[in-house]
Amino acid sequence: MLLARVIGTVVSTKKHRKLEGGKLLLVQPLTLEDTPRGGELLAVDGAGAGVGERVLIVLEGRSASDAIGKKAAPVDAAIVGIVDTVDLPS
Amino acid sequence: MQLGRVVGNVVLNNKNDTLAGVTLLLVQPMSSSGEPAGRVIVAADSMGAGVGEDVFFVRGKEASFPFYPIEVPADAGIVGIVDHWTVG
Repeated sequence: MLLARVIGTVVSTKKHRKLEGGKLLLVQPLTLEDTPRGGELLAVDGAGAGVGERVLIVLEGRSASDAIGKKAAPVDAAIVGIVDTVDLPS
Repeated sequence: MQLGRVVGNVVLNNKNDTLAGVTLLLVQPMSSSGEPAGRVIVAADSMGAGVGEDVFFVRGKEASFPFYPIEVPADAGIVGIVDHWTVG
């Protein structure tokens, strides 16, 4: 899993039926220093996240599908939690 | 998933039987600013997308799910057509 920031929303009327009713959010994966890490991704929301929030994303199809309560949905990324704090003792 | 723009299509005459009837499109992945992000890929299309349209696609085995029960040998697939997106 990865930490990421929600940066935007995507609207799609015509999408696979298993994605209907779900929210699609643009996320930017982050380093522990809160800087961008790699390219932006599109994730289905399984945690009620909003723009600006730091979230935990899963990048695996089966798990992403589970996160939105669907079986065999054609997804590869999902938001599974909203991050309160991250502690990294040095 | 990732945002992308359909930039072309691919036609195969000799192909694996499980790819029969599957439309293959060239997709340029893009960032939320609309700029190209990485290399153009070939994606299986189950949404009826066309050249010039903005789409989102899934990578991995999940790309074959829309074609179930046919086990299409694809690793990228268009699963939605984008109306618009908002950043911030």
